[in-house]
Formats: sequence, structure tokens, C-alpha cells
Amino acid sequence: MSAQDAAPASTTTPKPAPRGESGKAVAKFVAQRVAGLLATLFVASLVVFGSLYLAPGNPLTFLTHGRSMTPDAITQLKAQYHLDDPLWMQYLRWLGGVLHGDFGTSIIYNQPVGALLETRMQSTLLLVVMAAVMVLVFGLAIGVFAGLKPGFLSRSVMAVATATMAVPTFVAAVILILVFAVNLGWFPVFGAGSPGLDAVYHMVLPALGLALASVAFVARLSQAAIRQELSSDHVQTAISRGLARRFIVRRHVIRNAAMPVLTVAGLTIAGLIAGSVVVEQVFQLGGFGQFLVSSVQQKDFPVVQAICMVYVASFIVLNTVIDLLYSLLDPRVSLGRTAS
Amino acid sequence: MTAMSLLSVDSLTVKLPVAGEMRTVLKDVSFELEPGKALGLVGESGSGKSMTVRTIARLLPPGADVTGHVRFDGTEVFDLRGEALRKYRAGDVSMIFQDARAHTNPVRRIGDFLTEALCTNQRMPKKQAEARAVELLAEVGIHNPEQRLRQYPHELSGGLLQRVMIAAAVAVKPRLILADEPTTALDVTTQAEVMVILKRMQSEYGMAMLFITHDLELASSVCDDTIVFYAGQVVERQQASRLHRDPLHPYTAALVRARPEIERRAGRLPALPGHPTTAYEAPDGCAFAPRCAFAQDACRVSVPPLLRIGEQGDSRCVRMPELHGSLLAAAGTTQEVTP
Repeated sequence: MSAQDAAPASTTTPKPAPRGESGKAVAKFVAQRVAGLLATLFVASLVVFGSLYLAPGNPLTFLTHGRSMTPDAITQLKAQYHLDDPLWMQYLRWLGGVLHGDFGTSIIYNQPVGALLETRMQSTLLLVVMAAVMVLVFGLAIGVFAGLKPGFLSRSVMAVATATMAVPTFVAAVILILVFAVNLGWFPVFGAGSPGLDAVYHMVLPALGLALASVAFVARLSQAAIRQELSSDHVQTAISRGLARRFIVRRHVIRNAAMPVLTVAGLTIAGLIAGSVVVEQVFQLGGFGQFLVSSVQQKDFPVVQAICMVYVASFIVLNTVIDLLYSLLDPRVSLGRTAS
Repeated sequence: MTAMSLLSVDSLTVKLPVAGEMRTVLKDVSFELEPGKALGLVGESGSGKSMTVRTIARLLPPGADVTGHVRFDGTEVFDLRGEALRKYRAGDVSMIFQDARAHTNPVRRIGDFLTEALCTNQRMPKKQAEARAVELLAEVGIHNPEQRLRQYPHELSGGLLQRVMIAAAVAVKPRLILADEPTTALDVTTQAEVMVILKRMQSEYGMAMLFITHDLELASSVCDDTIVFYAGQVVERQQASRLHRDPLHPYTAALVRARPEIERRAGRLPALPGHPTTAYEAPDGCAFAPRCAFAQDACRVSVPPLLRIGEQGDSRCVRMPELHGSLLAAAGTTQEVTP
């Protein structure tokens, strides 16, 4: 009885805020994420390296171009490309090279893979970045508008968005070429153009084709998130306090709706990397994707491995960035805690 | 309608669109509230208590059809538009919600929650608003207020958060507090603490209060008067302290009997037969008649008016003049349930 009386306000005793530890928590979180990233990359490298050797076909056939050669020449080729070594040794040699930034030598071009990729990196990077910007700018703008101003216009926009989501990238690309390049003649039909503004101009249609479905997806998503926040209880509190609608939207709706949108939009943008393969092929952009397709067809193993590793790495890095951003946006997600 | 009343609700009927048709949720609700007084609204879920309070705060969902009058200090609340409506919500009435956790933005700090209304509506400088928030938190019995301002809602317990809610509602010094079951979501000991704080703040600041609760005892200890809702109607109004000793409606009497008492050992508590009716489903005549032990044919003919029972209060029971004083005495009798 007296013990209870002595501490009537036990529920009010504040937990000490972990002020000094927050820096440590961030460092720990980043370290964990980087370790996870490395582990994923390692597993991915095993899969990428192994699956190519499980695939039918033999690099030797491509090296000899089907010509019959002397056993001596074949032995020499095998020695040069280490084709006789056991798989694990080939893997370790390759991994060692990758760690030093050396992705090996292309079987087809007989040039260092790194140099081959460098010349092709620009158009892929430009394509994905432009598409990502389109997804964020148009997707969010349409979604926020439709969420905040319900009505006939919003409903129509959302209906169009739903239909657009169902259009595959290669169909969208062909339609865009037909309308804007062939009929209207506003944009070039294919090619990456010369570096600078010309490259951006050449990339408008490809980026649009790549972004279209994702724009629609992000628009729908952000519209739904905004609607949900608008009808949430805490927004009702804000309304009951007589706050201006503009203030409520800015302070209580947008930030809260950003959390679910960010997660999915981030994954969608990472998914653009995969979609870029198709678009590059359609528009003949000469980037990673197109190179990947031709290298797979030609069994140019070092190139395929390198490109796959770059794709996997960028996907994982993007994901890590999203996780970090998410924990900045939502105070309930503690950095120190491991994600489960 | 006395000139004294701060809030006057007059023949208020509210219909809401549900599944394509308009359903009545409030039927002919009238009551008055004087400045500084506390009025309890009791009744079961769906009886219209919350809807009444929401109507007063103008928080009805879109498409609601409202007839009748809500006057605040003589002003017709449903005539308010734009800036005037914002001013009314910002300075005249404050709402305390049942679920404090859902009603606070999880990504904003407690300090932001407490100061936003002061900073934006009253244009108070940030520093001053924070100092005021610290004062308020201390007033509602929260220790280390400066530190609390920097915390997020999820770092506080339900009871603490409800105190923050009360502090936020009181911060703007409103003239009327609308408390929608502020303690229902809390455990019993916390409930008592929060209630004491709310009551103290209400009398210190001289605010009037509409207090929704399921708890008749709580209503009697906190409020001056109590009105009882059934199926969207007011069925009884009288002094809060007399309500559970001398109810003026068979429904209230049934509620009182269905409740255990601390002083007396109870066997099986008498439950109310049948189930609660909404205003929409209510039958012709008295809405409570199908469940009432005292119902007669006359009860089923037309909706009974709210009758004045001496100086004691109002009752929507036509048999009240003859039954008055004997409702609780009839506790032992078995109830006949009309199918």
C-alpha cells in the first residue's frame, strides 16, 4: 500500500532518450547494411558464375568459331582462358580479379571487360536515371493531385493509369516509336546520339517507354496513400483543431503518405534496371542491356558475369538507400534494431 | 432556450449516407449546456453519443444530412463557413478523442503536436509556445516535460498520451471541451488518474464539457447533469448524481440494475433482453418498447415526447408519471419480453 503511494506516478518516469547513442546506432545500422550487401553480392556472384556453366553450350565453340583446329591450338586456347581448371578455381580466379576491378577478358572482343563496359555504361545510366526521374516526378505529381482533389478528373486519370500499368514495356516502346518518332517525327527512332544534350534528346522516348508502367503504378500508390492519410484519425484531430487544410496536407498528409510510397517506389525504380534490357534492345541504345543480350547469345561469359554483377550490385545498393531513407522518415523504425 | 446557455442543441436530426440510402443516426436531440458546466452523455455503442459530439464539432462525414439547430454562444454552428468555421474549431471547442494513439500523428514529436495549434492559429512564437507546452505538460502531471516534447507518440504509454491529448485540447483555452470517451481505452488505474486531471483542468479553466462515457458512476462523479441516449434519441435527462439512484426511464433503470455495486454482493446481474437498436432500425412508437418490461400497447403507437418530471428532469417514457420512483424497486420481477 505504502509502496504504491510512494510511487504514484510510476508511469510518468521518462525513459532516458538515447541521445548520445544515436550516432553509434546509425554507424551500426550502416555497418550491418554494408555487411548484408557484401553477403548478398557474394551469393549472387556464386549464382551468376555457376549458372552460366550449367547452361548448355561451350565457350570453346565460340572461341574457335566452329572451325576445326589443331589439338595444340585448342590446348593453347584452353590454357589462355583457364578452361581446364576446376570450376571452383575458375571462380576464385574470377572473384580475385573482380575484387581488383578486373572483370577478365571478353572472349568475343578479346578486350578487357571493364573497358568494354565503360563505353556502354553512359547510355544505360542515362536511361535509368531519366526513367527514374520521370517515375518520381510524374508518378508523385499525378498521385498527389488525384489523392487531394477527388472528382471526375482524378477518377479518369486513375482509370488511365490502371490501363497503362497493364501495358508491357516492349509494347509501350513500340507504340511510342510509332507515334512520336515515325508519325510525328518529334524524336529519333533509335540510337543513343552523341554525348551531351543530343544523348538526352535521344533518350526521351526510351526513358518514357521504360517509365510508363511505373509512373502509373507510383501514381496509383501515392493516390491511395494520400486518401488513406486524409481519412486517418490523426488528420481528423488536426481538422478538429481548426488548422488550415493546406497546413494539414503539408504537415500531416504528405510526410505520412511518403512512407509507404517511398518503399514501393524505390523497388520500382530498382526494377527499371531489369526493364532497361528490353528498352535498350528496342531502341538500339548500345548500353549494358543490349550488350548483355548479345553476350548471352555469344556465350561471352566474362561479360555476362560482369553485367549481372553490376545489375545485382546496383539493385542492392538502391535497396539499402531506401532502407536508410525509410528510417529517417519514420521515427518508429529504430536504426539500431535489426530489420525483421 | 435560456440566454445563459453556451451550447444549445435544438431538435437535431442527422442522417448519414450508408450503402446508398440515408440512415437516421440522431432523432430530435435537444439539450442545453451552460458555461463551465459538465454534461455527461451515456448510452450504448451506436446510440448517437459520439455522433452528437461530432455534429457539434462539425466533424460529420461528407454527405450527412442535418436538420435542427446547434448554437454556440448564440451563433448557428451550421452556418459557419471557411475562416469562421476554423476560428470556431480553433478557439471555441476542443475535442479529446478516445484513442489518443490513433489521433496523434506518429511521425511528429509531442512538442509539435502541442504547439502546432498555438503557433499557427494564435501566431504564438515557437519559443513561447514551447514554454506554454512545458507548463501544460506539468499541469497534466507529466514529469520531465522538456524531454517529453522531443519524444514521439510511440515512446509514450497510452495514459501519458491521453494526458498529452488533454493538454493539447486545453492549450488553446477553449470554452467547450468535447470528450469522447477519453478514458475507455485506458486501464482502470490510469483511467482514474486521467479523469482527475481532466476534471481539474475543466474546472480550473472554467470550461464547459460534454463528456461521453459508458460508465454511469463516472458520469455521476464528473458531470453536473447526464443525458441518456437510446437509438439516437435522448430518453432521459437529469442531475448526474441522482441518475443511478432514481432513474427516470426504464432503459436507464435497466442499465443501473445491470451494473454491479461495490457495497452489495450480487448474484447474476440482470441483463437487458434483446439487443441495442439504432435510430435507423427503431420501431414505431417508443424505440425501447420491444425490450421494456413496462411496455404497454400505448407505447407502440407513437414516439413519446420528452416529458418534464417535476423539477427532477426529463423523460421520454409515457408511463413515467405513474412509474416514477418504482423502477428500481421492480428489480426482482421477471421481465416479460415481447417478441
